[in-house]
Amino acid sequence: MLILTCPCCGVTAEETEFHAGGEAHLKRFGPGSDNADFENYLFMRENPKGVHFERWRHNNGCGKWFYAARCTMTLEVFGTYLAQTYEPPADLCAKISAKRPGWSWGRFS
Amino acid sequence: MSNLVTALNGASDANGIATITEVPLQGMITLRGDLSKAAIKTAATTAAGVDMPGQSQANMNGASGITWMSTDELLILCPYGDVAANLATMTKALAKTHALAVDVSDARASFTVSGPNARDVMAKLVPVDLAKGSFEPGMFRRTRMAQVAAAFWMTDADTFQIVCFRSVADYVFEVLKIAAQPGSEVDFL
Ligand SMILES: [Zn+2]
Repeated sequence: MLILTCPCCGVTAEETEFHAGGEAHLKRFGPGSDNADFENYLFMRENPKGVHFERWRHNNGCGKWFYAARCTMTLEVFGTYLAQTYEPPADLCAKISAKRPGWSWGRFS
Repeated sequence: MSNLVTALNGASDANGIATITEVPLQGMITLRGDLSKAAIKTAATTAAGVDMPGQSQANMNGASGITWMSTDELLILCPYGDVAANLATMTKALAKTHALAVDVSDARASFTVSGPNARDVMAKLVPVDLAKGSFEPGMFRRTRMAQVAAAFWMTDADTFQIVCFRSVADYVFEVLKIAAQPGSEVDFL
């Protein structure tokens, strides 16, 4: 069971108050993009053992979307952050590096 | 004129370890907008007659009050008969502000759970720490009750008030009755 803190309303709750929304920081390829990019955007996902970034929604609470960084192996939640960003905040990445040296995920490390 | 009734027509149950009562017709107005804007704050406090609540808080005064629903949403409570007048005043006051005020009184149901075991009963249904000191009157929480969305606050040390969608009023009443069935005290909180 994950314990998440919503960065929008500040509530800390277990995962049943939230809803998972898939991989974080996807770059959208829409009409006019080439087939390979569109296929990657639509179907290809990270599936790491370890550090992972996801979208979550506080659906039974304030209703807002946010991002979470967690470990898929231990279910440790490294942190959550607001959705209005293209990348994880530097202090969160530093915190993850202290706990999981050498981690990388997608274009982040 | 139609006969105005609440979802369960004032149902109540006192056979269990806490008393569950449907709240009579309660005026509720959803107000959405930038809560830091003076116009929004004034519209809310004028309609409810109480100060703005802080994050995750509820300011109540009898059947009137303001609850903090999210960073851009308030639920304003007022007497059922005052909703139309309050809404008209708010809409006028917010004419030049990006905001939304809607009467949701008939789209919601409300219950109280009261008695010394009220904390036990609620704690069986919500993923929230309801220990004394962790949740107290003045605080407000939107969460789920078993399988449906709900919000609640405490009106005194032994009483919770719940707001849920009208369409799930029967479910909430029944699930509260199950959580309060005789002999089911947990005595943990
Ligand atoms: Zn939230």
